[in-house]
Amino acid sequence: MTEKDTELRVSKIRDGTVIDHVPAGEALHVLAILGIDGSGGESVSLGMNVPSGRMGQKDIVKVEGREMSQAELDVLSLIAPDATVNIVREYEVAEKTEIEPPAEVVGLLHCPNRHCITNAGEPVETRFDVISEGVRCAYCETIVREDITDHLAV
Amino acid sequence: MRHDHLLTAKQLSRADIEEVLSRAREFADDPAAHADRHPGALLALCFFEPSTRTKMSFETAAKRLGGDVIDMGSVESSSVKKGESLADTVRVIEGYADGIVLRHPSQGAAQMASEFVDVPLVNAGDGAGHHPSQTLLDLYTIDEHAGLDDLTIGIMGDLKYGRTVHSLAHALTNFDARQHFISPESLRLPRSVRYDLHESGANVREHEDLEAVLSELDVLYVTRIQRERFPDEEEYETVAGQYRIDAETLDAARDDLAVMHPLPRVDEIDPGVDDLPNATYFDQAHNGVPVRMALLDLLLE
Repeated sequence: MTEKDTELRVSKIRDGTVIDHVPAGEALHVLAILGIDGSGGESVSLGMNVPSGRMGQKDIVKVEGREMSQAELDVLSLIAPDATVNIVREYEVAEKTEIEPPAEVVGLLHCPNRHCITNAGEPVETRFDVISEGVRCAYCETIVREDITDHLAV
Repeated sequence: MRHDHLLTAKQLSRADIEEVLSRAREFADDPAAHADRHPGALLALCFFEPSTRTKMSFETAAKRLGGDVIDMGSVESSSVKKGESLADTVRVIEGYADGIVLRHPSQGAAQMASEFVDVPLVNAGDGAGHHPSQTLLDLYTIDEHAGLDDLTIGIMGDLKYGRTVHSLAHALTNFDARQHFISPESLRLPRSVRYDLHESGANVREHEDLEAVLSELDVLYVTRIQRERFPDEEEYETVAGQYRIDAETLDAARDDLAVMHPLPRVDEIDPGVDDLPNATYFDQAHNGVPVRMALLDLLLE
């Protein structure tokens, strides 16, 4: 089975976003980043653990009527650094984006350190620097390596 | 030194440190002779946690420079008790004072507060985070006793939550220092500090037993193992006793080993050590005044 075949398993969309080459098992986290839990009525198609020549197995996420913001791409890059993001308009790929890790992620993650000033009810947005080992709180310096999506503020 | 604030020791270059220490030496010679440096300057002391040495030495330093302090008092008697945010507190106080010294129980508090004020802000301890002015007086003391290059230092005790340790470890990466960290496994340096030390290429080793390195050390920096961090009293007693220094312990050390401690101590250094030439911790505390005079002098310039 080719990658083309597997992409056909999930329906084509008219307008929206196709996120391909997501690490297998991370598709639901991608939806969490997008803030999609089904309550908003979006039409979503998922391919999970589908064969991939490049990755062995991968996930694919297709969201109708929704384009990703740069902030969302920033967080996506942390869990799916090799993902490709295709913006689809009128059934055609209008833009194809190779995502890159940002230098920092602002306002999108909670700091897991309960003694961090960002958890003390102060008027400040969280800010995490992206480092080789994961992300690091710019205030208390706590490093988060695994399960970054557990700390999503979205 | 060209910084608006002093938030962590990581922002200090070797040149910054040498400038502070050099100026501190001038002030140490005759601390009372510099009242013309900053007459009328007002320093706000905002201590959200108890403090004796840090607070009083900043107060002394400000007054020795010809300035004065305003003190927000205890948290119980301040607007904080009414629920005022730290951001609002420092924004109000910057209108009263020429500089702010902040101690706060939350990590990153000084970083955040500095983003709301234009007057110089000094981090005087942010939870288990950093304590850079303590580090400057530690470096001053180390320099007096052993020099800062070709230094072998053991740093022992609660390395996980010890903010003085974190700041000192960062600052020592500016010098040719071999750093030996001695602690129970459960109180090792936090991941963030180990990451920074690795990135800076620091010469670092970690141990559980002091005996492994004691004879090599120029300086032994002892910190309190904080009883309140342990869920189990018995576990605390086991490790606390293991990290206690007495005169007998020092038999295996070099004669000129300098024993330091940021104080307060509880029982990690036996009072029998106080009269030995190795005991440096009271000199260390006294050095807080000239070093903080130098720091304030540079920040208020």
